[in-house]
Amino acid sequence: MTKHSLVVLACIAALGASALAAGKPAPPKGVSSISLPGDAGMAFKPGPGAAAAQANCLTCHSSAYVSTQPALTKAQWTAEVTKMKNVYGAPIADDQVAPIADYLTANYGKP
Amino acid sequence: MELGRGRFLAGAGAALAAGALPGAALAQTVQLPFANGERTLVAFPQKRPLILLTPRPPQLETPFAVFDQGVYTPNDAFFVRWHLANVPQSVDATAHRIAVTGEVSSALSLSMDDLAKMPAVDVTAVNQCSGNSRGLFTPRVAGGQWGHGAMGNAVWTGVRLRDILDRAGLKPTAKQVQFDGLDGPTLPATPDFKKSLDVSVARMDDVIVAYAMNGEPLPVLNGYPVRLIVPGWFATYWVKMLSSIHVLDHADDNFWMKTAYRIPDTPGNSVAPGTTGYPTIPINRMAVRSFVTNVADGGTLPAGTKQLRGIAFDGGSGIKHVEVSTDGAATWHDAVLERDYGKYSFRRWNARFDVPPGPYTVAVRATANDGATQKATPIWNPSGYLLNAIESYKVTVA
Repeated sequence: MTKHSLVVLACIAALGASALAAGKPAPPKGVSSISLPGDAGMAFKPGPGAAAAQANCLTCHSSAYVSTQPALTKAQWTAEVTKMKNVYGAPIADDQVAPIADYLTANYGKP
Repeated sequence: MELGRGRFLAGAGAALAAGALPGAALAQTVQLPFANGERTLVAFPQKRPLILLTPRPPQLETPFAVFDQGVYTPNDAFFVRWHLANVPQSVDATAHRIAVTGEVSSALSLSMDDLAKMPAVDVTAVNQCSGNSRGLFTPRVAGGQWGHGAMGNAVWTGVRLRDILDRAGLKPTAKQVQFDGLDGPTLPATPDFKKSLDVSVARMDDVIVAYAMNGEPLPVLNGYPVRLIVPGWFATYWVKMLSSIHVLDHADDNFWMKTAYRIPDTPGNSVAPGTTGYPTIPINRMAVRSFVTNVADGGTLPAGTKQLRGIAFDGGSGIKHVEVSTDGAATWHDAVLERDYGKYSFRRWNARFDVPPGPYTVAVRATANDGATQKATPIWNPSGYLLNAIESYKVTVA
């Protein structure tokens, strides 16, 4: 093999290596930042019980989590409110479970 | 082209969103194919306009037309799903560390530089929410009301979890590996989101800690700077903003394993509505699915199109074949499988559809290499997981 062809081969090898290095992304460095839109202007429908829903549900999620549900029955809404209280630790007073479930059924459910 | 305010069919709205619409200023809406399925297209940071499910926690669905545009789902179109509203909005990769603790010989604290020194692996894999298509359950169930767009396919680059575990040295007592990310609840009483895998699963070849998605850093909403990739398994295990790998000497009994994300341990993971008292197991591998991507249900194909195309995938055995029916599932014909990007990837398919103008009922059915196939009758379970029935489309050729 001539000296010239060795140089060419070495160049090809170097190109190959750099192409490989360029082909695989490296772990990122530095800060990536976003600014989330909060509740994006969403709110619960007005009506009896809306204040309780407002006070208890919006701590953890937008009203859209409620308004996008299918038409749940009162038993299903009661189960959801109870789950939020007992499983997810929402500080819903015992005497507020029924009024919130009534509000959700009337406004987002199958009365 | 004139774009007014107003309502678009899902397919049309999605196609517009994927195009050059400047942000969400026009407040385009789409109608997902179920009751109360009207949604707004909104552009979140680092994202194009996507179907907004809830802004807090951020939950965004990919417009289905995106899946017709290539085998990989672009990062800015990739669906978003967080459980808890305390999502960090600024993350410093340089300062980020992954703690490796628990049943290991030597605890580790890994930086991005540490990961850079380990062998890099590429895996192309579908990331699908356990509740993808939940809105299509009959009877309906409570939970995030997704259409079919809570999924995406990407090439993920990172290091093998096994290499990390071997570096820490698993003790013989190691049973499960628990993963936690930077996100957290807004209330201290809410269980933090943590997921666990058996050691045998955690050590599989293709399970990686990924720092790149389609060759780029992950969007913040998809888990910058690193997330776990568990190919073939539902997205609930793909913990975002991964900050802790904790090896347990017992089966994880935290809420997100013991109570949530459970499926019936019954044939097809299905039960009759109203049934109680059946055994459950943690959700795990995805079921085989297939979709048409070049026309939506209720849509129109220009007469010259002459082709149906779409995608198929399963829980990691790979797609064996895809069949298409254009006569309401009376007869089926093999589709052509396109390039194979690996057993965890979307597999694109196409089928000749050179027919006279008129109405057609198109259906698509995939069979995986493990023999599993899609059925006409949908499964049902109370959490709305694992839907994979044969999809059917009313299509007009005109």
